[in-house]
Amino acid sequence: MEYLIGIQGPDFVLVAADNVAASSIIQMKHDYDKMFKLSEKILLLCVGEAGDTVQFAEYIQKNVQLYKMRNGYELSPSAAANFTRKNLADYLRSRTPYHVNLLLAGYDDTDGPGLYYMDYLSSLAKAPFAAHGYGAYLTLSILDRYYRPDLSRDEAVDLLKKCAEELNKRFILNLPSFTVRLIDKEGIHDLEKLTLGAK
Amino acid sequence: MALEDVCSFKERPVQHKWFSFSSLGDAAIPFPTSDCYNLRCSRLETSENNCGVPLHFFIPPLPHSSSFINTPLSSFCPPKNSMTVQKPFRLAHGTTTLGFIFQGGVIAAADTRASAGGLVACPAVHKITPIHSHLVVTSSGSGADCMLWERILIREIRLYQLRHGHRLSIRATAKLLSSMLHPFKGTEMCVALTLCGWDNGPKLIYVCSDGARLQGDVFSVGSGSPYAYGVLDRELRWSLSKGEAISLAREAVFRATHRDAYSGNNVDLFHITKSLESGNVLFDVVHQSRKSKRGKNKS
Repeated sequence: MEYLIGIQGPDFVLVAADNVAASSIIQMKHDYDKMFKLSEKILLLCVGEAGDTVQFAEYIQKNVQLYKMRNGYELSPSAAANFTRKNLADYLRSRTPYHVNLLLAGYDDTDGPGLYYMDYLSSLAKAPFAAHGYGAYLTLSILDRYYRPDLSRDEAVDLLKKCAEELNKRFILNLPSFTVRLIDKEGIHDLEKLTLGAK
Repeated sequence: MALEDVCSFKERPVQHKWFSFSSLGDAAIPFPTSDCYNLRCSRLETSENNCGVPLHFFIPPLPHSSSFINTPLSSFCPPKNSMTVQKPFRLAHGTTTLGFIFQGGVIAAADTRASAGGLVACPAVHKITPIHSHLVVTSSGSGADCMLWERILIREIRLYQLRHGHRLSIRATAKLLSSMLHPFKGTEMCVALTLCGWDNGPKLIYVCSDGARLQGDVFSVGSGSPYAYGVLDRELRWSLSKGEAISLAREAVFRATHRDAYSGNNVDLFHITKSLESGNVLFDVVHQSRKSKRGKNKS
């Protein structure tokens, strides 16, 4: 149903998410943004159960901002990812676990770009590329085949387009458009929305 | 949950019985001493954090799960006959409501049938409730839950206005409502509300007890919503005139009531604009369809 993808380059991270907000068989919204800005250089992409996504993502977002207010500097992407994972883990065995799948993408001034994959069982893995959703089954092999650690930005966007075309061709559900963002040392940049017409 | 930590819920023994109370206004009535929350204080505990709603109100009946049998809390479990109240019939969620934005404001429309399983419990229910002069809420889901939460929302919005001197924006209203509904996620409460209103522009926000909160240009909710979407999506444009928009909304609900067994009877319609809301325009769907039959026979 929902789809997230992240590709890390040598000095940037490219992330994309679909724009559909669905309720059973109905698309309620076609332009829904699933990315949450945690700080100037960190994005959290969040999919999963209806209310849990926004509640959990906003909770993490506000806590990251609170850290900055209290301490005067921002959390690094790695620290933010581990903080997020810890919260997921704490609630996992409570009465109300959060059923959310996440990608956290960020740029650290000392360590460079980073992409972190987290799932609802609170696993955490730093990966050069990652995807969530049923679409991941179709596109991870494309990423395996064509990914190189020294991708340029245009090549990364082309790789993303390849994945979107594959979804358009083979995925049973219609995902007409994707929000695309790029994070580098200058911050978060909005790229052009990726829209695919009918096959 | 985070809210549990704020309320220190985990430290106290859990009550399984769902307490009902006579009216929302009687927040200060002391509770019977069997309420574990009030073992030490005679006044019902409310909290600024919870907007003055009594704290116990946020404790939904716990789901029946075997994991509770082994916990030490089970010693506090009351005997089985005071478990959650049995429902007299299957709660059904039959309805068609819709809302959309166009150049002339916001239209909210809904059918008026309340169904309980296969029975039409009431043919003339108001599913659209005004919250204030520039906001209405359409409700779908469980009728009782919707009525309750509409009342709570009206109260909270009015209290905010009295305390702060200005009206809460519709986006903030939706967020407030969503936060109030969040503790009940996972219980059987089913509430799907669409806030339709005007503040610095037309606003349409869908709030659901699952936790979803979506702002958009057109929403239809309920068992008849796919049928309504079909008609709406074909003809909806920003540049509709007021008359066209009203007739489109009426047509969409009518087609949904035709196909959906759990929607029917009449169509309530509200039009909200920047100036004072133009009020309820009631159309009788049954009579309309009878008219068209008579027209055909004559010709």
